[in-house]
Amino acid sequence: MKPLSELASPPTPVLENPAEGIDQSAGNFNYDVKYEFDAGAGLNETTVRYISGVKKEEDWILEFRLKALKVFQDKPMPTHWATKDLDNIDFDKIRYYLSQGQKPKRTWDEVPDDIKKTFERLGIPEQERKFLAGVEAQFDSEAAYSNVKEIVAKQGVIFMGSTEALREHPEIFRKWFGKVIPTSDNKFSALNSAVFSGGSFIYVPPGVKVSQPLQAYFRINAENFGQFERTLIIVDEGAEVTYMEGCTAPKFSTATLHSAVVELVAMKNAKIQYITVQNWAANVYNLVTKRGIAHEGAEIKWIDCNIGSRLTMKYPGVVLKGKGARGEVISIALANDGQHQDTGAKMIHAADNTTSTIVAKSISVGQGRSTYRGVVHIPKHLKGCKNNTECDALLINSNSRTDTYPAITVRGDDHAVQHEASVSKVSEEMIFYMQQRGLSEAQAMSLAVNGFVNDLVRQFPMEYSVELKRLIELEMEGSVG
Amino acid sequence: MTTTVSASPFAGLDAERFATHLAQRSYLPAWWIAAKQEAWNEFTSLPMPSRTDENWRFANLSGISLDHYAVPEEPSSRVPHLPNFPHASEIIFSNRQVVGRTGLSQELADQGVIFAPLDEALRDHGDLVRRYFQQHPVNLGGEKFIALNVAFAACGTFLYVPKGVKVDQPFVAQHTVTGEHQSVFPHTIVAIEDGAEASLVEFFVSGDQAAHLASGVNDLHAGQNAQLTYIGAQNWSPDTLSFQANSIHAGRDAQVQCLNVHLGGRQARHESHSRLAGPGAHCDMLALTVANGAQEFDQRTLQTHQAPHTTSDLLYKNALMDTAKTIFSGLIVVDPEAQHTDAYQTNRNLLLSDKAEANSLPGLEIQANDVKCSHGSTSGRVPAEQEFYLQSRGIDPAKAHELIVFGFFEEVLAKLANEHLHAVLSELIKSKFKQS
Repeated sequence: MKPLSELASPPTPVLENPAEGIDQSAGNFNYDVKYEFDAGAGLNETTVRYISGVKKEEDWILEFRLKALKVFQDKPMPTHWATKDLDNIDFDKIRYYLSQGQKPKRTWDEVPDDIKKTFERLGIPEQERKFLAGVEAQFDSEAAYSNVKEIVAKQGVIFMGSTEALREHPEIFRKWFGKVIPTSDNKFSALNSAVFSGGSFIYVPPGVKVSQPLQAYFRINAENFGQFERTLIIVDEGAEVTYMEGCTAPKFSTATLHSAVVELVAMKNAKIQYITVQNWAANVYNLVTKRGIAHEGAEIKWIDCNIGSRLTMKYPGVVLKGKGARGEVISIALANDGQHQDTGAKMIHAADNTTSTIVAKSISVGQGRSTYRGVVHIPKHLKGCKNNTECDALLINSNSRTDTYPAITVRGDDHAVQHEASVSKVSEEMIFYMQQRGLSEAQAMSLAVNGFVNDLVRQFPMEYSVELKRLIELEMEGSVG
Repeated sequence: MTTTVSASPFAGLDAERFATHLAQRSYLPAWWIAAKQEAWNEFTSLPMPSRTDENWRFANLSGISLDHYAVPEEPSSRVPHLPNFPHASEIIFSNRQVVGRTGLSQELADQGVIFAPLDEALRDHGDLVRRYFQQHPVNLGGEKFIALNVAFAACGTFLYVPKGVKVDQPFVAQHTVTGEHQSVFPHTIVAIEDGAEASLVEFFVSGDQAAHLASGVNDLHAGQNAQLTYIGAQNWSPDTLSFQANSIHAGRDAQVQCLNVHLGGRQARHESHSRLAGPGAHCDMLALTVANGAQEFDQRTLQTHQAPHTTSDLLYKNALMDTAKTIFSGLIVVDPEAQHTDAYQTNRNLLLSDKAEANSLPGLEIQANDVKCSHGSTSGRVPAEQEFYLQSRGIDPAKAHELIVFGFFEEVLAKLANEHLHAVLSELIKSKFKQS
């Protein structure tokens, strides 16, 4: 046995291929926060009862949670197909519920100063926030700030936290809650169902077109603290909405877990666009289940961009339930040193003449690994279904890795399904050309990578595409030379 | 110990039957007997594939039970004729026994070419066979069935072509199985030495329409700058359960072409792993499948690029009718050292019925960054314009389908350099349309 002194000083981990010349602390922030409610570390029935008690939930929600806990405990880790890195999650060290106990706020003035300070560090000016249609900022588990712009409220749109919504509008939300993604869908959707807290519930009445995007920021701000938000968006007949979520998180040395469940319901001829820019810290496990149901003539579009986290596993899906429904997933993934972006899409065709499109682009840099995993399913007795899938991967630096694992099932002779994937590197001629024009190698590389994803980035709303380009530039700067 | 060794041709796949099989081969090299014993132990200890096994995703696991099959000892007189085309030499097997054979020309024999049934090759050239036997096993989920093959392997051929020897005409082997619940375990070993060229064509056929079990294994080796062509045409009875594991090992600058035609069987699984082991190696992996009735064809492939400047091209085409089901699961793996790799993988499914099911899992795992890799998969119907054109010329829909399938397959068949083989395979595929 080793002497105690040796055990006490573990070797300092050496970063491989460190990103030089970047102020890595730029996104770091952490404030001491006093939590009024704390479910403690570890997960058992008491934890679940505690969370439900704090939230003063109705019995059916508690039952739902307890059932989910059982499912979570019974389900094995999906390591027979997924990465073994999942085994490094220590569920006993995670805190499943922390809250300052504040009610969701209605006006900016009511938001505590220290939270405003955190937003300041996030670099979002107050002016801009006011400009945005509605900001739902999640501070740890509870919605700390919510402001639905008056026009939206006047249109009859309901936009509130999950706890609030289940309490105030059970007649609307209970019908679809846990229906798009059943508790037993996978181990992590079960975990979320047991301990969910925070997230947005939105209902858009028939024919209402919400002209400005609704927006939410999620943050993790406590060591070993998992965040389990739950979002449900129901868009009634002929209505339209765009929802955006962005994630930033302070950096900690121990791994944290983020496991959200997002359910979308698009009724007849409705349109939902759901945009995510994920930039969790490099120690976060981001295991998210996202799925939408598109009824007749409806359209659901996921725009999903993953830049941060240690491991992301996320395959946004659309169940094309009504005739002529359309589903689309646009996915960008950037995997840098120590990161694994395991992303993709699921398209489940369940009605005639449904169409789906998947465009996925990934960039692997340094030791980074990106994986595309997809499912396209066209069952029996359907007519006229179409799917088009494109996956392109860019490899930068010979240590990086990329994988593609699509699964396509087609039954019947009246469908058209296409899948194309390619793997390439940035061409030397391109870099050489740009260097001839006076750009440094790093600048040239950054430009080439931005060019690779440009046609997808353009589909993001303006402020996001600008932010995204800046994030990619920042990630690329340290990767060359 | 007084176990009476029963030579009943209807003994199942049990320890007793294995002991009989082994006892009859005491004259063969000790390493071979040991390998068989080890394989038998592996077969009995390995579990059957389970639902959570990614290598068996989408496959019908209830159809692969090995119960009720027997290992035959006596050949049957019901042996289909070998298609007529020019070839260097032939060996015909029926129920694991040699029933027909033409000798090698004096010229080839003098050059050191060996083309012999496996048992004979093991007796006469044991060390040579050992050098190529299972050197690069296939690990795509069918390990249990490969072990079963090795345990009972007796039929199968050993083809050895020494350095620099070029043989124009193909070598031919036919494996036949006849009789209710009989099984065969062909094991083929091909070694084409440096700078040599040769091709082997294998036909897998049933002598009757009964239920059979077949588990075949190929070990194909192409030395430095060698050229190896392998063609396997499978047309078992409609009630046969078939497994086939194909291993290709290509050395520096070797050129390998491998084509599998899948027509028969109730449920047929084909695993193929090609390793591009030397710089400049190239491998073409081709397959054509006509699936009708309730047939299931399950094809799993792996292209491993282990050396720089290697290329591989995979093209698997399936035509599906009735309630047939196909699974294509392919993977390209590029090792970190294998820079400048050029790898392609394409799966095309032509669905000719509204109840057919095509599953496609085209995968890539890339660890080198200076590579060109792509895969594509399409599943679709006969273009309406093509169907309309043919019908407007007075061709009935069934014939039109056949023509369109041949047009669909021609891209693959056209890659065959030997025009006789092109004709033989076209005829074989046509015969399936006549059945249906």
